[in-house]
Amino acid sequence: MSLSRCAAKPAAATGSRRSPSGLLQAWLPKLVLAPSIAISLFFVYGFMLWTFILSLTGSRMLPSYDFVGFAQYARLMANDRWWVASSNLVIFGGLFVAICLALGLLLAILLDQRIRQEGALRTVYLYPMALSFIVTGVVWKWLLNPGLGIQAMVRGWGFENFRFDWLVDPDMAVYTLVIAAVWQASGFVMALFLAGLRGIDDSILKAAQLDGASLPSIYWRVVIPCLRPVVFSAVMILSHIAIKSFDLVVALTGGGPGYASDLPATFMYAHAFTRAQIGLGSASAMLMLGGVLAILVPYLYSELRNHRHG
Amino acid sequence: MDNVIRQRTLGARIARVSLYAVLILAALFYLLPLVVMLITSVKPLAEITPGTLLSLPREPTLTPWIKAWGEACTGMRCEGVGGYFYNSIAIVVPAVLISTLIGALNGYALTKWRFKGSELVFALMLFGCFIPFQVVLLPMAQTLGWLGLSTSRVGLILVHVVFGIAFTTLFFRNFYVAVPTELVSAAKLDGAGFLRIFWRILLPVSAPIIVVSVIWQFTQIWNDFLFGVAFSAHNSQPVTVALNNLVNTSTGAREYNVDMAAAMIAALPTLIVYVLAGKYFVRGLTAGSVKG
Repeated sequence: MSLSRCAAKPAAATGSRRSPSGLLQAWLPKLVLAPSIAISLFFVYGFMLWTFILSLTGSRMLPSYDFVGFAQYARLMANDRWWVASSNLVIFGGLFVAICLALGLLLAILLDQRIRQEGALRTVYLYPMALSFIVTGVVWKWLLNPGLGIQAMVRGWGFENFRFDWLVDPDMAVYTLVIAAVWQASGFVMALFLAGLRGIDDSILKAAQLDGASLPSIYWRVVIPCLRPVVFSAVMILSHIAIKSFDLVVALTGGGPGYASDLPATFMYAHAFTRAQIGLGSASAMLMLGGVLAILVPYLYSELRNHRHG
Repeated sequence: MDNVIRQRTLGARIARVSLYAVLILAALFYLLPLVVMLITSVKPLAEITPGTLLSLPREPTLTPWIKAWGEACTGMRCEGVGGYFYNSIAIVVPAVLISTLIGALNGYALTKWRFKGSELVFALMLFGCFIPFQVVLLPMAQTLGWLGLSTSRVGLILVHVVFGIAFTTLFFRNFYVAVPTELVSAAKLDGAGFLRIFWRILLPVSAPIIVVSVIWQFTQIWNDFLFGVAFSAHNSQPVTVALNNLVNTSTGAREYNVDMAAAMIAALPTLIVYVLAGKYFVRGLTAGSVKG
């Protein structure tokens, strides 16, 4: 497809002054990269464009190309379920990111105090990140099940009026997603912060100590400001996880009760694949992409600037 | 960092004790779900009653595991998750190997054979790490249909390779950037070619990044649910999809012990990899996010 075109253009410039085998050598790197470039252009950029085009059509069961302008976006804006999903994403994403950062930073600072068995604790904090969100969802669904899980256990201890039935409460279901997602990802944030802490120059801290600063104020004034780049990366990664969250919702709440805990990712899937609303689903996918881009563009910008210097 | 003030006052000792208390409490929070999952999965159904969440099984049994593997109903079929476990392996192994190989060659070409626009190519590919996959689902479904690969394992392998090479290229590119270019330049002067230099100079030092890439891809693809549920049928469904079906199948009485056993089965491969090679797992997670 675009394979030969991608490879030929730059190679022609360098290859002309070489011997035939040198010509091949000059071509090879580009030839090796060509399939990946083609894949990227087609499956990433092409598909994004394709989804955008679908979002401008009235497609229902099957993709059709009868253009309706931005009508699907207008329908989306008028759709109550979409608003529930979007505001859930704000609640879920905001709490998830904030709690992960706070918990991760706290654990990293505590672990950085020359703790015995640090390695073992680190392993325990981080292992949930290796699990599938489906497994996480299944386990927490069991723990949060009011009849047999934590609520029943605490009642069994004698606290008869203890209530923890968020899973079946439409107003609270979205918070169960926060609990499970924090459980899964906060250890990872801890690992990020710990790596950041270990990278801080000791001499800054020694100087602060000599100045007579107390330990909390050293952390607050000196250490935490040094961790700003880590906070930045962690926020990017976590908000990215939040926007893409699909499996966790499917396994833990199924978007329910009703659609009370829907997120945009589950909304998109439900409309595009089970409710025969391909146009509407595409429009919601494009808005998700917009959300990711809003977070991503500043991140990629700084990432690439660093690469160029590196 | 070495800023712990080691005073032997009473206050310091109390601080030390509460420090450990908090850390252990946190460890319990992370461990609780795994422990509950494990003990529930070896309990007979009769022992699962309200309030017994944390109690150890009185008569431990492996029946739930056997049932989860070979008999439990996942939707219309009642064949357990075993077959889907094999599906996952059949998808994961080729997808991991192919995407890692492509990533290694890409990273090598992008760092040791720089050309005009190679940074742009990298930026172009890097973007693939970040898109929400919802935005490619519908075109992918149609493309797989055209290729005659819908609901086949080959189709899923293709999908995972296509969307995995952005990550593997990132890993290898960032690793090879740090490998001295002098050696490569000297070899080029000696007339060694593209593949020969890769084979003789880069590959021998690549073990750590290969491990990182393989573990990352393995975890990602094994844990995938979105592509699995969108592009598969019975003969190609991965174990995550089967687990979700099993838990949500509403025929008969709920067998929580079987659910938990199936969840353990789906979780074990990545857990084992994490326990054996945690260091590399962390490195993959943090690659590109923490510099230096």
